[in-house]
Amino acid sequence: MARKILYQEAINEALDQEMARDEAVIIMGEDVVGGTGASGEMDAWGGVLGVTKGLYGKYGDRIMDSPISESALVGAAVGAAATGMRPVCELMFIDFMGVCFDQIYNQAAKFRYMFGGKAETPVVIRTMYGAGFRAAAQHSQCLYNLFTHVPGLKVVMPSSPYDAKGLLIQAIRDNDPVIFCEHKALYAMEGDVPEESYTIPFGEANIVREGDDVTIVALGRMVTHAGKAANTLAKEGISCEIIDPRTTSPFDEETVLESVENTGRLVIVDESTPRCSMATDISSLVAQKGFSFLKAPIEMVTAPHTPVPFNGSLEDLYIPSPEKIEAAVRATTSYAH
Amino acid sequence: MSDAAITAITMPKWGLSMIEGKVIEWLVEENSTLALGDEIMDIETEKIANTFEALDAGILRRRVAVADETLGVGALLGVLASADTSDEDIDAFIADFQANYVPPEPPEEDEAGANYEWLNLGDQKIRYLRMGDGAQNIVLIHGFGGDLDLWLFTQEPLAANASVYSLDLPGHGQSSKAVEDGSVAGLANVVAKFMDAVGISSAHLVGHSLGGAIALQTAVSHAGKVDALTLIGSAGIGEEINGDYISGFVAAESRREIKPLLKQLVGDPGLINRKMIDDILKFKRLDGVTEALTEISAGFLSGDKQTVDLRGELGGLSMPVNVIWGSEDRIIPASHANDLPGNVTVNVLEGFGHLVQLEAASDVNRLIQS
Repeated sequence: MARKILYQEAINEALDQEMARDEAVIIMGEDVVGGTGASGEMDAWGGVLGVTKGLYGKYGDRIMDSPISESALVGAAVGAAATGMRPVCELMFIDFMGVCFDQIYNQAAKFRYMFGGKAETPVVIRTMYGAGFRAAAQHSQCLYNLFTHVPGLKVVMPSSPYDAKGLLIQAIRDNDPVIFCEHKALYAMEGDVPEESYTIPFGEANIVREGDDVTIVALGRMVTHAGKAANTLAKEGISCEIIDPRTTSPFDEETVLESVENTGRLVIVDESTPRCSMATDISSLVAQKGFSFLKAPIEMVTAPHTPVPFNGSLEDLYIPSPEKIEAAVRATTSYAH
Repeated sequence: MSDAAITAITMPKWGLSMIEGKVIEWLVEENSTLALGDEIMDIETEKIANTFEALDAGILRRRVAVADETLGVGALLGVLASADTSDEDIDAFIADFQANYVPPEPPEEDEAGANYEWLNLGDQKIRYLRMGDGAQNIVLIHGFGGDLDLWLFTQEPLAANASVYSLDLPGHGQSSKAVEDGSVAGLANVVAKFMDAVGISSAHLVGHSLGGAIALQTAVSHAGKVDALTLIGSAGIGEEINGDYISGFVAAESRREIKPLLKQLVGDPGLINRKMIDDILKFKRLDGVTEALTEISAGFLSGDKQTVDLRGELGGLSMPVNVIWGSEDRIIPASHANDLPGNVTVNVLEGFGHLVQLEAASDVNRLIQS
């Protein structure tokens, strides 16, 4: 087990192993080949952050740069998927989904349903999300909740290198469209990753840490923040259970409800803005199906309902921090009827 | 009173990667008299929870560690001393111990796994672990769905007096998932070839569950390679087996499916912790594992019946044969230890389940060495 690699290397390895295993797997996206445009150096970079580095040299024309037109790129990928390929298309920033939204939510998500199960759309759309990169309001959002809202899409947000590899291989082998959300700030995270191929089933939450006093459901990058908060709280005698849903669609309701049944307290940590979000969704789930378990009101730790600020100090304040999570947990444990 | 009359009880080291353990609870009161092997406390490590047993006899004069405390390997848990040792001497002993105790450093990156070795048998890559350098060779063979970590509490103690090898069978652990021949005879050939490859001409084979059937088959078909045989909760010597456990284990994809199955493996379900479940799921998710397990299970059982019957071979074996069973084994019933031929030594350990080598580690280790 002991081999450690980075989150972005885990994604690269998943792509590499699936391309080697299945010729139908192709990659398309802006600058995924190289980005320099210079002959002989096309492979040098491999995407804006180097995630697809090295794959062009191995797989040649199965990895292709697209024009800077998200609607053309995603439309082509969806069409290729509907006709037998397994495209992994990279849409650099989740913020750019707006220009190709029809292809995703009104086409890809509907094919299986509207063609009576006779059409499949095994496309994966990899995309970066999240704040913390000083990339301003148009490159820093957490829009996974938009896709979770649409029936027919699967939405994945790995929080560790191990999960990134296993969930991406599962996404590629899955016959439905998958939105695969990678947090920019996690690319440099290191962790144990098996060299062999493996899959992690969708809809199975990970119990990251066991505890008895408070359930923290955290998504993506927030899992690490929740872990830091739980370490601090443990010293105060507060035992936190951390649940990482891993996929927001399908969503593992049972694991969350079982945990809240045991702890009686729930804190949801979601980097997204607070309205119509995963935080409100999970909150309503527990309020409806687990009301009798609750010993205190549900707490949500989210970004405020504003665009992501460009000013660095403000951006740091915008993102849920371990300290804010600790405060929310203490609010649940100190609550008196 | 000299310090010699005072003995420290310290945090044990269970397995290579353990650097600390968490005290769950004390099982004995202060001033109670402990005999060798008495249960002292429950301890949880990253890998497993287990009961720590007394390694020395004496009066427990002081409980130093408290419940929920996480302490490094070798840290002071309690103090044994004679009744006439003064409290002042015990205080001084504790102060001196604490002043000199240095907790182990977390291992350097990869160090925890660095002792694993790999070798190739044909196209198959086999992972193994060697510990100790005594004259006697011991080879530990895990059961269906397991890996060499199931000898966590076995290998290191045995290595004090022997050269002890554990391996991951094909399709298991970190060995190749492609299985060339998943039958018991095929896997016995793997064990024989493994022994050749690591350069040991003969060994005491210790097999658990399916590994027991493999060890026994090796003793039958490669008699010269086997000095002694220990079969723990073994397959291959009776018909019944919990087929639902096996098929459920092969099919399970989630924590929810696998947890109740794993709890059937032990007398005390508290042994099965989150990390153990996670490790098994991580293994089961690897490409090729489901196919390997399906093939291997087809090689030794059909439904609730085992299809490999080596019971009749036991009487004719020339080497010492030792059979160990947990009385509460819910996978392969302990009744298979009844009415074995006279050359077989049988020990049924009361209250333990199928994973008796983990649950009653010191008893099993003593029996293996006897």
